[in-house]
Amino acid sequence: MDVSATDRQLLAALQDGLPLTARPYADIGAAVGLDEADVIARLAALRDAGVIKRMGLVVRHHENGYRANAMVTWNVPDALVSEIGRKLAAYPFVTLCYRRTRRPPVWPYNLFCMIHGKDRTTVEAAIRTLSAESGMAAYPRQVLFSRRRFKQRGAYFGTCAPSLKEAS
Amino acid sequence: MSGPATPYPVDEARPYTPGALEKALLDGFQDGFPLTERPYRAIAEKCGVSEEDVVAAIARMQEAKAISRVGAVVRPNTAGASTLAAMAVPPERLDDVAAQVNGYDQVTHNYEREHELNLWFVVTATGRDMVDNVLQDIETATGLTVLDLSLVEDYHIDLGFPLQWT
Repeated sequence: MDVSATDRQLLAALQDGLPLTARPYADIGAAVGLDEADVIARLAALRDAGVIKRMGLVVRHHENGYRANAMVTWNVPDALVSEIGRKLAAYPFVTLCYRRTRRPPVWPYNLFCMIHGKDRTTVEAAIRTLSAESGMAAYPRQVLFSRRRFKQRGAYFGTCAPSLKEAS
Repeated sequence: MSGPATPYPVDEARPYTPGALEKALLDGFQDGFPLTERPYRAIAEKCGVSEEDVVAAIARMQEAKAISRVGAVVRPNTAGASTLAAMAVPPERLDDVAAQVNGYDQVTHNYEREHELNLWFVVTATGRDMVDNVLQDIETATGLTVLDLSLVEDYHIDLGFPLQWT
């Protein structure tokens, strides 16, 4: 679907969270000039179109005891990457799974999985599980455990920034 | 620009311990949040508690940072443009460069990782032009190369994360 400027404003208004008020969609709407029914209808349309992947509580893994995370990347033949990506994405400990642009020679890897676990040992076991999928052992791989989190927040659809302005 | 980066302490205190209602909310409402006039009351009816109980439980989880918000997770490159970027930062400069990168509102995630490419961050903006501007600005400001690993395909169907209660 085409995401309108109004939809973007609505998503921007939601980025700090749905207000904890009796009529939160009315309150969000007031901020962007929409009435409550319109907010609900637009969010439903965005969800049905897959623009909104999910709507609800956005969990912070670390604070819930999932202290370890690793980004695991493979260099997989382009012809196979979709099939392999879907297979790996189905594991419950895989929280993101993307095909990304290669940047050879520095970065020839095209398949990215994010794995969250309660500790490093658990994440290492999960990586072994993925690597044991048929054929995966043959592909060059990089494992990048996170060391420090400097920032984690919702997306930015606003109109200004400290040093750069959005070209509208 | 922002102040110093605030790294997450690795050996920080034990994790948040949710109560029964919080667990039910975490298990049941990472997706499918009611799109109705009074969503917190709709949830309350499903959980057999009051609307005030639900609002208070969500507020507690926000306070404890167990959740960041009640919100919409937007599929990358639908309502805007985004990319994953990586830099190889000399270790002695890492805190400063991380703070510089954090200073951009368009940077939503920023992590140190165990690799020669040690700083990984996500840039999200309304359009690809703006993403490119941010990456270029970071290269200019730091004098370091930024690797742009843009998304080609998303394989993960996001239903939220199944937390295991022990």
